[in-house]
Amino acid sequence: MRLIVFVLALVLVLPAQASKIETYEFTEADQEEIYKKLIEELRCLVCQNQNLADSNAELAQDMRRKTYELVTAGKNEKEVADYMVQRYGDFVLYKPPMQTNTLLLWAGPFIIFLVGMIVLVRFIRRKPAAADATLSNEDRARAEQMLSDTGEEE
Amino acid sequence: MNRTLIPLVIFLVIVGFLWKGLSLNPREVPSVLIEKKAPEIVLPDLYNSMKQVRSADLKGEVWLLNVWGTWCPECWREHGFLMELAKRHGVKILGIDWRDDADDAKQMLANQGDPFIAVGFDPDSAAIMDWGVYGAPETFLIDKEGVIRWKHAGGLNAQLWNDELRPLMIELGWKP
Repeated sequence: MRLIVFVLALVLVLPAQASKIETYEFTEADQEEIYKKLIEELRCLVCQNQNLADSNAELAQDMRRKTYELVTAGKNEKEVADYMVQRYGDFVLYKPPMQTNTLLLWAGPFIIFLVGMIVLVRFIRRKPAAADATLSNEDRARAEQMLSDTGEEE
Repeated sequence: MNRTLIPLVIFLVIVGFLWKGLSLNPREVPSVLIEKKAPEIVLPDLYNSMKQVRSADLKGEVWLLNVWGTWCPECWREHGFLMELAKRHGVKILGIDWRDDADDAKQMLANQGDPFIAVGFDPDSAAIMDWGVYGAPETFLIDKEGVIRWKHAGGLNAQLWNDELRPLMIELGWKP
């Protein structure tokens, strides 16, 4: 029992230790919410497959600090995101905005889904038609012959 | 169309996309600042922290902004070419020494030569973020009206200079 408690405690403590090095103090709870949401959604330009929350690249640290400064200065989520986009482009957003050059990106999955559905429906529809094929008289006669043959052999 | 060709067509389309993907450089993030007004630079001078380096002083000039640091190996590699640009071609280069130690930076410029008309010292990325810089070295070309016309992430070299930078600078009214 003691061991279990110890292991549980260890497991609970580990993720807390693995989290970010710097900690920012917020006086307003909603600002902390905005900050946390932003660093999840903004992308680090050095380690391109990490967001600001996960990356410990120096640039990500700078960008987190800037985000903190802007959020505590009373900027809302959109204003901070716009600030970053003006400097680093849409690339900095993990969720790209809907605009003409990202239309295919947004619509792509739905188009592929639609094509898949059409192919699937057509495939399913064709199956029974093939099974429906009636036997010609000669085939029926041959089949009966075969069936009666096997019956006699036994 | 022959039905057996459909998988082949799908295959070829996928190959097409992947082939294109191979030739793209994911590091090359397109700069949104091209054709935009250059952000104002006001930084303490590397050599004298009481003085300020201001980009406003370069109004009416065609100039380069070079972001560098002694921690960046490519900056050392690029340095010789920056010297050539400054000394042989008379290009005005404003330096920003980024996230660096001032003494290391001064040491490097003393040993390797100083290609910059002035060096702003930016240890805390105060100016860098306004320029959308995400690595070093990065070089920007700013025209007489103070608009950013060209940007390169990575070291400068003779080929880039001859093929892209020099023709563009002459077009913008720069006198060699």
